[in-house]
Amino acid sequence: MSIDSDSAALFPDEVVTRAHTRLVEVPGLDGRVALVTIDNGHDHTKPSTFGPAGLASLDSALDEAFAAEPAAIAVTGKPFVFAVGADLSGMGQLSEREYAHRIAKAGHDVFRRLTESEIPTFAFVNGAALGGGLELALSCHYRTVADNAGAIAFPECFLGLFPGWGGTQLLPNLVGADQAVTVILENSLNQNKMLNPGKATGMGIFDIQLESPDFLEESLRWAVRVVNGSSTVQRAEIDRGQGWDDAITRAKEIAASKTHGASPGVNKAVELLELARNNDLDAGYAAETEALADALMTDELRAGLYAFDLTQKRAKKPAGAPDKSLANDVNKVGVVGAGLMAGQLALLFARRLEVPVVLTDIDQGRIDKGVAYVHGEIDKLGAKGRLSSDGVNRLKALVTGSLDKSAFADADFVIEAVFEEMSVKQQVFGELEQHVSPETVLATNTSSLSVGEMGAKLAHPERVVGFHFFNPVAVLPLLEIVRGERTDDTTLATAFTVGKKLKKSCVLTADTPAFVVNRLLTRFLGEVIASVDEGTPFEVADRALNPLGLPMSPMVLLQLVGPAIAQHVNETMHAAYPDRFGLSDNLRRFVDAGKTGVWTTDEAGNQIVDPEVAELWQQGDEPLSEEQVRDRALRALAEEARIMLDEDVVVEAADLDLCMLLGAGWPFWLGGITPYLDRSGYSELVNGKRFHQPGVASLPSS
Amino acid sequence: MAAPASATADTSSGPASAGTPRALRNVVFVDGVRTPFGKAGTKGIYAETRADDLIVKVIRELLRRNPDLPPERIDEVAIAATTQIGDQGLTIGRNAALLAGLPKSVPGFAIDRMCAGAMTAVTNIAGGIGFGGYDIAVAGGVEHMGNHPMGEGVDPNPRFVSDNLVDSSALVMGSTAENLHDRYPNLTKERTDAYAALSQQRYEAAAKAGRIGADLVPVATRSSESGWGLATADEPPRPGTTVESLAGLKTPFRPHGRVTPGNSAGLNDGATGCVVADEETARGLGLPVGMRMVGYSFAGVEPEVMGVGPVPATEKALHRAGLSIDDIGLFEINEAFAVQVLAFLEHFGIADDDPRINKWGGAIACGHPLASSGVRLMTQLSRQFAEHPEVRYGITTMCVGFGMGGTVIWENPNHDETAGGAK
Repeated sequence: MSIDSDSAALFPDEVVTRAHTRLVEVPGLDGRVALVTIDNGHDHTKPSTFGPAGLASLDSALDEAFAAEPAAIAVTGKPFVFAVGADLSGMGQLSEREYAHRIAKAGHDVFRRLTESEIPTFAFVNGAALGGGLELALSCHYRTVADNAGAIAFPECFLGLFPGWGGTQLLPNLVGADQAVTVILENSLNQNKMLNPGKATGMGIFDIQLESPDFLEESLRWAVRVVNGSSTVQRAEIDRGQGWDDAITRAKEIAASKTHGASPGVNKAVELLELARNNDLDAGYAAETEALADALMTDELRAGLYAFDLTQKRAKKPAGAPDKSLANDVNKVGVVGAGLMAGQLALLFARRLEVPVVLTDIDQGRIDKGVAYVHGEIDKLGAKGRLSSDGVNRLKALVTGSLDKSAFADADFVIEAVFEEMSVKQQVFGELEQHVSPETVLATNTSSLSVGEMGAKLAHPERVVGFHFFNPVAVLPLLEIVRGERTDDTTLATAFTVGKKLKKSCVLTADTPAFVVNRLLTRFLGEVIASVDEGTPFEVADRALNPLGLPMSPMVLLQLVGPAIAQHVNETMHAAYPDRFGLSDNLRRFVDAGKTGVWTTDEAGNQIVDPEVAELWQQGDEPLSEEQVRDRALRALAEEARIMLDEDVVVEAADLDLCMLLGAGWPFWLGGITPYLDRSGYSELVNGKRFHQPGVASLPSS
Repeated sequence: MAAPASATADTSSGPASAGTPRALRNVVFVDGVRTPFGKAGTKGIYAETRADDLIVKVIRELLRRNPDLPPERIDEVAIAATTQIGDQGLTIGRNAALLAGLPKSVPGFAIDRMCAGAMTAVTNIAGGIGFGGYDIAVAGGVEHMGNHPMGEGVDPNPRFVSDNLVDSSALVMGSTAENLHDRYPNLTKERTDAYAALSQQRYEAAAKAGRIGADLVPVATRSSESGWGLATADEPPRPGTTVESLAGLKTPFRPHGRVTPGNSAGLNDGATGCVVADEETARGLGLPVGMRMVGYSFAGVEPEVMGVGPVPATEKALHRAGLSIDDIGLFEINEAFAVQVLAFLEHFGIADDDPRINKWGGAIACGHPLASSGVRLMTQLSRQFAEHPEVRYGITTMCVGFGMGGTVIWENPNHDETAGGAK
């Protein structure tokens, strides 16, 4: 390989993973085992990855191993980590296809030495094995896995990529195409679901699972038995006919439903899996190499890597958050409102903060119902084994209800989840202030109302902060933390600290209507609805955004959010920005009629517009094409995002993207939204400038 | 927690009524293993390995080698360590039981008698078994002298000096060995060097015959510099050692002294463990019986000459057992210092090179990770018993820092009266 000398130039910031070869004597074996350790020299919080220098190190470690003519070669990782794949930050900086090709090929060339070795090769997967790490393991003849190994997955499709160092070829030929589709596509596109060692072993990815206390010792013993022939390894029969066909069909369905074909990387994964049917590594690896070199030079992938970086780094260090040392301790929480949202909040606070949580509402009946709901959810967690019986008892004891707000006297943090009406919320906060200390944080889960106005009448408005969750609260990771005009740093710091303990990714937003996610979604949905109002058929309008690969179509989104809530937010936005957020009489009629969705299914199971909806929706006679609807929606998004930055709603465009990734589930290949607006030209078209310089979330301009 | 009514009734009618008959039960050594021993320090094989992980490997190997032992039947895990802090702290027996994956119902404790820690773990458990408190238990010891140098964190009471309780040399083991030379002037450096060379040669022969390796559990050893390795053999032995090669070594404890690194054990890391059981329980489970415990004694001596400890401990144990030194066919004596072994042999009139003594060499060759060594002696004696059915009794004995000795007398269950030997 020739990459070593250039590697510093290619990957200037590579944290080099070194491979060390040691020749060890193992009882019962004639000859030695060349034991190769993959170790980047950091502890487990910085797992080992492969860049060009790392691959070169592995290559020379293998030189050393083969030169010793051992009885077996085994690869393992540093404590708790096997290897977690390619060095993504380096990959995201490659400027030439030629370099991308070299790295793609280098991975294959080095790993393949283990596959084609005449000497038996083993991977002892002692910990996390992701992407290229798992491909390294699959490249060996045999694999053991430790029962405490976390994180076994091919996360590539999640990033808009595909396993490119052998994964698409090796996995289906080891465990069958169907299971490979599950791991490579289904799991990855299902919020990057990981395998546990037992499950992965059951699938046949590993030959044997061994207990962690003496994993390496027992792996070596097992390897000796395999080498000596006293243990034989059973491998699944691979169905290369109908089974393979069915798997590819399923892969296409998954890709279609999860990405609408919008991710070239995911499409390529399906193609490569089809190619693997012949089990021809020369052809398969060549195709992977070319595809990887191509993919690394696409804007989609750069946007995916950018998005990944945001969720891994920016989400953990929220921009604009005050120093956490300013935060006050939160040892008791109050929840005002005992409805479904309040119940979800109470459960989350009790589980994550493990402090008393008191619910209140306007009458004892509602309170009892709210507490019973939370206790019921806690019981469900117990029944699922997510909580021990002691844990169930503990959490239930933490969640109580009180009609008397004096129960909040010693609460440090009170959140309201009452009806979305400014006067109601002001009244709640006013009443609370009679009971709580001046430092108690008063948080609102409002989705669109002004946080500043909510606190305006208080003696201590500086303790009011917006704390906007996304439904379902337990699932969606985003928390928009809203700084009102008078919110002080202590309150804000406390809010961020609480948000982090709730395991949410917090983004700071200004106190502007609907904050980030709802504002962008409302703007975009408003344009689609306006198109329908003007005469565009629902079918056309609702398909218009498919090329972006959003998690759901606009009308399905409307149904999920709830038309009444959407209408309410839209009214708020219209009041604030009447020029850009129009009101739809049709939507109002739709809400008034109590309709929840546009789509329904006919007797034959086909999706059709609900006839009642068709009836009440009065359309104009100026239909747009799909392309026109899309153009209109994207222009609107580009305009709104730019205005939001001009209004300082968030610190940077990256925060808008983080919100859309985590709060709306918008895909990695869009980079959230602004990288897509840049690369599709809408940023410059609408605003006269990009959100990011070329090279950020996109290819550098050459 | 309130006991059920029936249990309360049982306890009130049980021990409360004086004179409940008790049967003394036979205690047997089922099986023992150890890690390879390493050299303490940053270059040693265990430089980046934790002490608790060492003992965990031992416990798991005991279970692997004895599949007939149901883990939930283990009544106690008694683990010795001299320095009980850091990776040897947290009540090492309990800590190790949990880390080894034993059922949480299995208790454990930590024990300390310096070098005789593991030996004391065994005698302590044996007492409990004899009394009926346990049926079966794990006993062992660990010392990572790289992580825990001798004397780490000690704070001797100033009265030791002010009240002339002990000489300051009593705290330095090498100095106590020099003191022993003073006491027995005929134990010359030439004799200790000769003994040391013999120990190395015996060890080398035993290792070549596969006798040493058979009792070792391989340990994966981490090195952040060079990757994982596997310890499968003791690190300290120096094959090819001769009297001549020992002659010129330095005497770190006294100018022109007699005690050298060559005629004493080094500073080492390692762990040992064994299964000790009530004989009926062991036989009922189908477990092997390596040795039957006859008796044991510990004895104190002047701390300045702690190395003489095995002499009164052995006299006492023999007396209690009604045996004489002539009944003992095999000896495993710990070799903290050659002079201390020779003092023992001299006392009992046994030749320096008597073949019954440390047949496979001793700590001078393989190393002496303080609290772990006692069980190494026992494991080796049990293996030698199997090879020598003509021998009926053997002892394991060792000197202990701060002026003590400990001896356990064992009976060979393989002993065959017809095999010829009366002993």
